[in-house]
Amino acid sequence: MEPVLDVRDLAVQFETVEGTLHAVNGVSFRLRRGETLGIVGESGSGKSVSMMSLLRLIPEPPGKIHRGRALFYDAAETVDLLSLSNRRIGFLRGNRIGYIFQDPMSSLNPLLTVGIQIRESIERHTRLSGTQAKQRAIELLELVGIPSAAQRYGNYPHQFSGGMRQRVMIAIAISCDPAILIADEPTTALDVTVQAQILALVRRLTQELGISVIWISHDLGVIASLADRVLVMYGGTVVERGDVEELFTSPRHPYTVGLLGALPKLQGGEEQLVNIRGTPPSLFSSPTQCPFEPRCPWAFARCKTERPPEFFAGTGRVYLGGTESASTTQDTAESPEQEADEPFVAHRAACFHDLDRDQERDPSEPPAPAQGADKAAEAAGIGAPPSARGSASTDPPPAHTDSRQPSRLTGDRTGAEEL
Amino acid sequence: MSEPFVRVENLKQHFPITRGVVFSKQVGAIKAVDDVSFEIYPGETLGLVGESGCGKSTTGRSILRLYEPTDGRVTIDGTEVTALDDEALRAFRPRMQMVFQDSYSSLNPRHSVAKIISEPLVIQGTRDQRKLRDRVAELLELVGLEADHMRRFPHEFSGGQRQRIGIARALSLNPQFIVCDEPISALDVSIQAQVVNLLKSLQRELGLTYLFIAHDLSMVRHISDRVAVMYLGKLAEFGRYDRIFSRPLHPYTQSLMSAVPIPVPEVEKKRQQILLSGDVPSPAKPPPGCVFHTRCPFAAERCRAEVPQQEEVEPDHFVACHMVNDPTVGPQITQRAGHIVEEVKAASGTGPDRQFTPARDVGNR
Repeated sequence: MEPVLDVRDLAVQFETVEGTLHAVNGVSFRLRRGETLGIVGESGSGKSVSMMSLLRLIPEPPGKIHRGRALFYDAAETVDLLSLSNRRIGFLRGNRIGYIFQDPMSSLNPLLTVGIQIRESIERHTRLSGTQAKQRAIELLELVGIPSAAQRYGNYPHQFSGGMRQRVMIAIAISCDPAILIADEPTTALDVTVQAQILALVRRLTQELGISVIWISHDLGVIASLADRVLVMYGGTVVERGDVEELFTSPRHPYTVGLLGALPKLQGGEEQLVNIRGTPPSLFSSPTQCPFEPRCPWAFARCKTERPPEFFAGTGRVYLGGTESASTTQDTAESPEQEADEPFVAHRAACFHDLDRDQERDPSEPPAPAQGADKAAEAAGIGAPPSARGSASTDPPPAHTDSRQPSRLTGDRTGAEEL
Repeated sequence: MSEPFVRVENLKQHFPITRGVVFSKQVGAIKAVDDVSFEIYPGETLGLVGESGCGKSTTGRSILRLYEPTDGRVTIDGTEVTALDDEALRAFRPRMQMVFQDSYSSLNPRHSVAKIISEPLVIQGTRDQRKLRDRVAELLELVGLEADHMRRFPHEFSGGQRQRIGIARALSLNPQFIVCDEPISALDVSIQAQVVNLLKSLQRELGLTYLFIAHDLSMVRHISDRVAVMYLGKLAEFGRYDRIFSRPLHPYTQSLMSAVPIPVPEVEKKRQQILLSGDVPSPAKPPPGCVFHTRCPFAAERCRAEVPQQEEVEPDHFVACHMVNDPTVGPQITQRAGHIVEEVKAASGTGPDRQFTPARDVGNR
């Protein structure tokens, strides 16, 4: 499946009085068109920071995108989100990439009617204005299931309940037909019955509109109900990734195993909940070891001295045909797209203990290839990424393969901006 | 069966809505808790579950008389708490304590941990510094912290550790009854399990009786012997946990159970969830009759007019619903219960194929 977003080796740091906080340490992932990618992690695991930095929503300073690339394959062109100018990323935000924030209370302006707030993004990113924009806003309110939308158009956020406010947020996020929707724990502040309503709504909308979704949550149940694939984050890195069904039934990273065991069940045996001793890691120390090592019952000497790369696990092991695995699959794969894609989205776990065989990994076992994004970038005609992102803003605008001139993202949609 | 340790009878907690500043007069009332009755048996945990604004926290606070109940009677271990005067109430307080939800705001940031945990002891008359220090050290170890943590301040601890400090403070006076007001809601999943395991082991060791307030149905099932489901100030369903979870009969309990996402993708994606329409009505203007009738798919004329009373549908299982015993609608409700439970049961058969214990450790046991 073709990717719509390719993030490679993203690292985000915050300078604080107590030192450098390593919030995200080399996160790579690929989002395929039309799929829902779930990101699970506890507070401080870097899941929100990594997604916000894709749209460059983190305050800089103190935040700093230390390194990484994020290729966004839009319909017309391919761009690196992390090196776009502020003006150009502004065209994408809320337009090609929608964002739903966690707290609908604080992310809507209490002084403006919801109608004006939906129109704001429509008028900024499309040619609609005046009554047309209003019409579109009312349509959107109907689409997200707000009863008597035309009357509610002129209401203020405080006149809506929490669930209704989150519906308004969704309406804003999808107002310009985005290619990607990033949802940052949108149901955490809601009650379960309201959460069920919102999940059903998002499932329906993304299917109807064909939007690719990144859904951040700490609730494994929510991820199970929505996601096609999952990334599990811990201490600023991805510790496990894979297909949602496989990852939940055959977890291959100790943290995922513990997390699934720590959930109480609605039915079944009365077993003791898993105690993952200790607390999440401090992000101040530079990451030179496995972040989960202090809490891991499987940890051994190697985990203390080396940071585990991702290894193939479970069904992902089909790509482990020896050291030449990447190239052998290339020869046999049917389409060039697939061969770059499949090993990269296959089940992987960043752990030196092989939970498939329940033994320590041989030091010679090759890690899973991490260059998936590079290959895709090469295929798309984008040169090798700079090793460090010092001169990011001076990067030439990345172009698409099909010899078209790099367009300036000033198509119809952003016409209003040109004036 | 033994006598109930805590008995709550027709508890009402209404908060006045007033208008005007100088000559303010009451124009209405928020009926946060409206005619709630239940019992908790010694050494047991009652799980009180419901959505935000349903009055579950208020119930907990009214039982401990942190609010003055508007009406009703609370008896703890034979003493009628609602009848005690101030002096007697203070003397009784050591026997009933509370763990609060938000460990950020319930611990004074300017006090050391030693001062926080020893404060109840000081209020109850212990003055000997050495005794206080020893007791604090003992309590810290009991909740899984270290004795020398007592010199530190709340900001130096993580959320889970702060909740442990809150638990140590509640335990300092050797209470018999503890109200746990959403003690784990603000914590991460792995830390939630730690705190719940701690609460359970403390209960076994010290013979505590808990009122455990939560909105997480699966956690309530895990920790409770009995469960009470609340909606808009009233009890919808009450009974032994296994009864309620194997046959949820109140339509509200059913929708609550159906809405909890199950962390098993193949089951969760196929599930037919019951979606409630609309929102919880305002407790200032609760609907007449059954408070749930505005969102209930089974509501009939009678539900709009008459307040349903708790009825025992089977031993240890009470439901406040007119329609459960209705000859035509009743079987539909029962059938729906069976359907929901079946879906949930489908998930219990599967689970992760790895345990969080290395094989070598299992062998050592």
